[in-house]
Amino acid sequence: MGWGLRRKKKDMPGGLWTKCKGCSAMIYTKEFAQNAHVCPKCGFHHTINARTRIEITADPGTFAEKFTDLRPRDRLGFVDKEPYAEKIENAQKKTGQNDACIAGTCEIEGIPVVLAVLDFSFMGGSMGEIVGEKLACAIELAEANRVPVIIFSASGGARMHEGAISLMQMAKTCAALNHYRNRGGVSISVLTNPTTGGVTASFASVCDFLIAEPKALIGFAGPRVIQNTIRQELPEGFQRSEFLLEKGQIDSIIDRHALRGQIATILRYTPQGRDYPKPKTATAES
Amino acid sequence: MREHRFHAAMPRKDRKSISGPTALPFKKPIEDVRSRLEELEELAGQTTHDLSEELAFYRDRLERLTQEIYGELTPWNRVQVARHPNRPLTSDFVEHLCADFVELHGDGYYGDDRAILTGLATIYGEKVLLVGHRKGKSTKERLACHFGSAHPEGYRKALRKMRLGERLGLPIVCLVNTPGAYPGVGAEERGQARAIAENIFEMFEIRTQIIVVVIGEGGSGGALGIAVGDHIAMMENSWYSVISPEGCASILWRSADGKEQAAEALKLTAQDMQGLGLVDEILPEPVGGAHADPRTAMNGVGEAIAARIQALRSVPLDELLEARYQKFRRIAQLEQAIQAEAEKAANTGPREVLGDSDESPDLIPEGRKGVPPRRTPGSPRGRRL
Ligand SMILES: [Zn+2]
Repeated sequence: MGWGLRRKKKDMPGGLWTKCKGCSAMIYTKEFAQNAHVCPKCGFHHTINARTRIEITADPGTFAEKFTDLRPRDRLGFVDKEPYAEKIENAQKKTGQNDACIAGTCEIEGIPVVLAVLDFSFMGGSMGEIVGEKLACAIELAEANRVPVIIFSASGGARMHEGAISLMQMAKTCAALNHYRNRGGVSISVLTNPTTGGVTASFASVCDFLIAEPKALIGFAGPRVIQNTIRQELPEGFQRSEFLLEKGQIDSIIDRHALRGQIATILRYTPQGRDYPKPKTATAES
Repeated sequence: MREHRFHAAMPRKDRKSISGPTALPFKKPIEDVRSRLEELEELAGQTTHDLSEELAFYRDRLERLTQEIYGELTPWNRVQVARHPNRPLTSDFVEHLCADFVELHGDGYYGDDRAILTGLATIYGEKVLLVGHRKGKSTKERLACHFGSAHPEGYRKALRKMRLGERLGLPIVCLVNTPGAYPGVGAEERGQARAIAENIFEMFEIRTQIIVVVIGEGGSGGALGIAVGDHIAMMENSWYSVISPEGCASILWRSADGKEQAAEALKLTAQDMQGLGLVDEILPEPVGGAHADPRTAMNGVGEAIAARIQALRSVPLDELLEARYQKFRRIAQLEQAIQAEAEKAANTGPREVLGDSDESPDLIPEGRKGVPPRRTPGSPRGRRL
């Protein structure tokens, strides 16, 4: 792999090359995408959008999106530097999505599940009313269909522009998960870079399985806020997946390439997935 | 002793100057008239002149001015009142309102977070399990309480005591007053987010009445961590939102100067919160705010708590928990969400009809029917997946 050659091409116009956020190496964008946005050099897991996540998680052709009619609206008339209503429109144009969550049904190695994915590219994956509602609907759909629910998070937390309405989504999603769990439902939360604030402090932390991608920033308060409060340097690796694992806060860290296979393996230990045999051609490492 | 300590925290008559931390700029006209009135009262005691007409004039003016100014407080003014140093805190409620208080310390795992106070209390004859954010009175106390910002052990202590209350059949009263959960290294190490999430999650299955009153500041997840319940009330001059106005301003306006605009934009007052359907009740405060007459303010809160407990006691626990779930599941719900419900029903079709039966749906393989429900016996949630 001609790394030397690549470095020489650093100044190539954008698009063809992507700079790794972990090691600053320039990576051929096509290769980067084929590697699920994991740096081939240092293994840094870059944030990916919801569609890409679904593509690398669901069995090909099985994802059926649900709740597509849910659209956000500016209920508080919130205006900072620009009106929230305009922010929504811009984010919708940019991402082609209604809001920061995509949910639907699919199969993972043949096991039927409900899959919900937060999209960091839509207003930082923030949870407002629609994200909360979609998650609650997804959990209820899993309850009605009696299948596991898998939630991927990448979010800055609750969406300020919806005030306490967004705060209450923390309670709403927990209510739905509690209802589901008490009826035997199984849930898997995958925390990806970054997951903070009201998302970490609600549904993403109360699923049966808490899995993180390597080196993901996961926490309640953002590092900057903490630094401003304590006025000292933060410890090395603070709030990263490995830190959380060491402190006993998560169940495991799984590499993006192995994630889909590991999720399927876990599902085969659950009541809903126990009788699905492992596919003969393992798709996990594909 | 109790009386003495209580009064020590209240505004003193001789405190004429309104400088320092108790000064609220919008109150200046009121304070001006008050000091003129006090001068006149002093004079009246020393002279034979009849000053009753002047006294009556200033008294009337003071009352009208106070009503006027407090009648049109801006959201930011409300935040200032909510943080007023003489506003009754959880510890004042305990001293003034709670008979036979027994403080219960510690989370049983790590420590005893001073920022959350828990214990057995009797409020207007109702025996309850009390949970409340504690801000502290003296500088030393305030530091020990991190100004009301709790750590994970605080939330875990609250949950542990709430579970105790549940076992004892005691209603739970939560007094919310926090600028937000503590942002620090230790808090993150010990799982701040997870502690809050678990409280929110578990509070949906605690089988006793839960009354929540926001008595000052309802800051974000730090507030919600003890604020899931059957009846949510806010005192008239309290605030409750997803972030503090300063936090919001520093992110969206890139400067703390935007705090007044942020307070406006966030719709964080009790009045706005009720308008959005996010809280059930506003508890009125005396004219001039709770700090002007803490006893009356606290009595009002105590009476309301006792009344709500009595009303909720007649509701069977299964219904109570179902209503609590529905309350937060449907909170501030839009019409379009109902469409999603319809879509979901259409997608799931006959499975919805299966309801409580243990018939195996096609998505669950044979032999998987006997999944035991997680909940304890007697749970209404025994329906199997
Ligand atoms: Zn790299």
